[in-house]
Amino acid sequence: MSGWDVAVVGAGIVGAACASECARAGLSVIVFDRGPVGGGATAAAMGHVVVMDDSEAQFALTSFSRRLWRDLAPELPADVHFEACGTLWPAADEEEMAEARRKAEFLRGRGLRAEILDEDGIREAEPNLRPGLRGGLLVPDDSVLYPPSAALFLLGRAPRNKIVLRTGADVRALDPDGGVVLGDGSRISAGLTVNAAGCWSPDLTAGLPVRKRKGHLVVTHRYPGHIRHQIVELGYLKSAHSVSSDSVAFNVQPRSNGQMLIGSSRQYGAERPDVEFGILRRMLERAALYLPSLERLTALRSWAGFRPATPDKLPFIGPSADNQKIWLATGHEGLGITTSLATGRLLADMILNRPEEIPSAPYSPARSLPEDKAHD
Amino acid sequence: MSDTRSRFEVVVVGAGPAGLAAAAAAAECGRRTLVLDATPWLGGQIWRGREAKGGPGSAKRWLARLQAAGAAVARQTTVVASPGPGVLLAESPEGPREIEWEKLILTIGARELFLPFPGWTLPGVVGIGGLQVLVKGGWPLAGKRIVIAGSGPLLFAAAAEYRAAGADVVLIAEQADLARLVRFGLSLPRLAPGKILQAAQYQAALLGVPYRTGCWAVSAQGADRLEGVTLRSARRTWTERCDVLATGFGFLPNLELPRLLGCRTENGAAVVDDRQESSQAGIFIAGEPTGIGGEGRALVEGLIAGFAAAGRPERAGRLWRKRRRALAFSRAMDRAFALRDEVRDLASPETPICRCEDVPRRDLEKYGGWRAAKLHTRCGMGPCQGRICGGAVEKLFGWDAASNRPPVFPVSIGTLREPDPRPSGASD
Ligand SMILES: Cc1cc2nc3c(=O)[nH]c(=O)nc-3n(C[C@H](O)[C@H](O)[C@H](O)COP(=O)(O)OP(=O)(O)OC[C@H]3O[C@@H](n4cnc5c(N)ncnc54)[C@H](O)[C@@H]3O)c2cc1C
Ligand SMILES: Cc1cc2nc3c(=O)[nH]c(=O)nc-3n(C[C@H](O)[C@H](O)[C@H](O)COP(=O)(O)OP(=O)(O)OC[C@H]3O[C@@H](n4cnc5c(N)ncnc54)[C@H](O)[C@@H]3O)c2cc1C
Repeated sequence: MSGWDVAVVGAGIVGAACASECARAGLSVIVFDRGPVGGGATAAAMGHVVVMDDSEAQFALTSFSRRLWRDLAPELPADVHFEACGTLWPAADEEEMAEARRKAEFLRGRGLRAEILDEDGIREAEPNLRPGLRGGLLVPDDSVLYPPSAALFLLGRAPRNKIVLRTGADVRALDPDGGVVLGDGSRISAGLTVNAAGCWSPDLTAGLPVRKRKGHLVVTHRYPGHIRHQIVELGYLKSAHSVSSDSVAFNVQPRSNGQMLIGSSRQYGAERPDVEFGILRRMLERAALYLPSLERLTALRSWAGFRPATPDKLPFIGPSADNQKIWLATGHEGLGITTSLATGRLLADMILNRPEEIPSAPYSPARSLPEDKAHD
Repeated sequence: MSDTRSRFEVVVVGAGPAGLAAAAAAAECGRRTLVLDATPWLGGQIWRGREAKGGPGSAKRWLARLQAAGAAVARQTTVVASPGPGVLLAESPEGPREIEWEKLILTIGARELFLPFPGWTLPGVVGIGGLQVLVKGGWPLAGKRIVIAGSGPLLFAAAAEYRAAGADVVLIAEQADLARLVRFGLSLPRLAPGKILQAAQYQAALLGVPYRTGCWAVSAQGADRLEGVTLRSARRTWTERCDVLATGFGFLPNLELPRLLGCRTENGAAVVDDRQESSQAGIFIAGEPTGIGGEGRALVEGLIAGFAAAGRPERAGRLWRKRRRALAFSRAMDRAFALRDEVRDLASPETPICRCEDVPRRDLEKYGGWRAAKLHTRCGMGPCQGRICGGAVEKLFGWDAASNRPPVFPVSIGTLREPDPRPSGASD
């Protein structure tokens, strides 16, 4: 074949979802990644599929995508480790309890399940949380999965005669007329190109306001049943909002093999991929505040990854502002595992002029953006 | 009472032969020196547990020299991370400790290499070093039929210890060919006269144990535990009934800590200069991490590192010549006991390579490299974090499974997280 309908750069979870949707809709697709499938942010992530409500647009994308994950669940192979464990948001005090109630109203008002727990309820739900918590919010339909295998599954789900995967292929530039130029200088032409290179997408689309937001995680030994839900502090909302300073928040995940993942941190301006001990410590300190039993448990390893962040905390999905042959599917920050499926679906809807299942305008690369305060 | 933070001019991590020598040398030069070890004893793998009994002559001599030199000692203290430049974080029975250093010497030894073959995960199949540790810990071996298979002179050392513990050593299977070993034997006297004597002593102790060269274990059989091992040589394949199969394919340098500290490694060993200094100024590395070379090389390198770290490299004097000889000896050993391709490649498609996550060879082979294989099979993501399967995939597929992320050993979260803000001060 001399030309492809679509060339996708990046085989992270977002690129994989986009490529898969396009190929399943009948387009011929070639996917490039300089590393293995899911080796970027996708490899560093927790894999929490979560509905968030910082904005209506964020809610629309996360809830639509969560539904797509749940629809797909019966097809997911065992190695994706999909589990609908739900999210528990503990409330430390009355102020957070009010936030839990607001969130519950918000979700229920939009037809999603949400349950308010009182002091006894939260103790019963998670006996290892510290005593004295005021209560919490349980969102039972959130889930967790293992992202690299999910990315591989999505690519494998596309019809074989419609998709070609090239790993170990470094894309040097995007061809303004469609297609890509590889590191060895060779050109591959395509009707249109999708830049799904995550936090490296600005290397290929100059001026794109996507920045690295570093995050750390720790994995533990196996402690089956120690926690039962993904547990995230409500204060997360406050810290995740801040775009300028480093922050840590309590966020733990039970994995199906009994291991736990402990997060999380958010930093701008950190370019080196190594684990920073100061941040790691603050993060674990925070976690032990909520889950004191962690103190005695064993940590096996830690790592850090970069979230691709945008100024308004919404991804770019659609044709780039100045070239209709270059499309973007990037900037998913800390929610790309969750929102990958919705991104793939929306992108294919737009490319094929199908009716959009949710409005795509809030994610348009041509939208106006707030000033990027933390840029310097 | 122990302070959570202390400061030394020279800190030595690992109290095997290399570490004892390094700490003694640095302390003899008047440097405030600390040597610490994860285990409760001094002496590392080879002199493990002999401290109380006085041990072999050399162990006793080195321990006395260390004591005379006046270095501080910390036992059961495991270095797990480096929270900042010039600081180590260690776990100890008293809790987390932060140790500041001006010069650091890493003498952290090696671990056993495990090569997977069908049946290698059966109870009863063990590493020779691991079994030595068990025996020293009082594990009952009396009357057990043991086959020892693998490569190198340590097969004899292990056999001698098992015999002393009452085991019936049925066979020592050395995978290297006789011709090679003869050549090695011929080149020995020139290189290290002491060694040949040592080998002869072991051989004598073993009188009556069949020793086969050019012979290796291809599989282990048993229902719930080991019942027998199938062996192969150029001429035949047969099965030997046994209760224990002890394998010894060699050692892999421990490189997690050097890598975490940014020290350059090459071909599976840390890169050091003449003074044992790594690519990171002020960090010296001696003994097994610079390349497997045994006790003799560890002692020489340890001394050189200790003198150099103390700022007195001239005191190393004749040691450099000794080290050249020790290096030549290790190279000769590597050649004599090089693993044959058949032994590297014994795993069948179903053989588990990663025991923690139960990943068979078949699943790994689909991938072009370690990172992809790890990401998609979770090989190396279990409790051992690739410490065991990492070496296996390196020998099987040529993949580099190195990690440089903390902690270098599993550690309690309490140790990793922010320590109590107790006042810092020097302490011994
Ligand atoms: C610590 C941490 C925890 C997280 N937890 C969660 C969570 O619980 N839930 C959730 O929904 N999200 C989470 N995220 C966010 C999530 O990981 C990301 O949003 C998501 O992985 C982004 O996917 P992506 O495909 O856009 O990027 P990536 O996975 O980074 O993929 C981009 C790919 O492009 C390739 N590439 C880049 N440039 C080129 C080039 N020039 N040529 C060829 N290939 C190229 C890279 O090799 C890479 O594979 C977390 C992130 C971090 C860091
Ligand atoms: C299991 C095993 C058994 C062996 N048995 C024999 C034998 O019987 N005969 C023989 O001649 N050779 C034996 N060897 C080979 C032996 O290791 C070398 O001959 C020699 O002891 C190397 O000395 P070294 O000082 O470099 O390392 P080692 O003696 O291995 O000493 C390294 C020390 O560092 C400590 N350490 C490592 N990491 C850390 C950390 N992060 N924090 C704190 N402490 C740490 C370890 O506890 C260990 O005590 C054995 C090796 C192994 C692995």
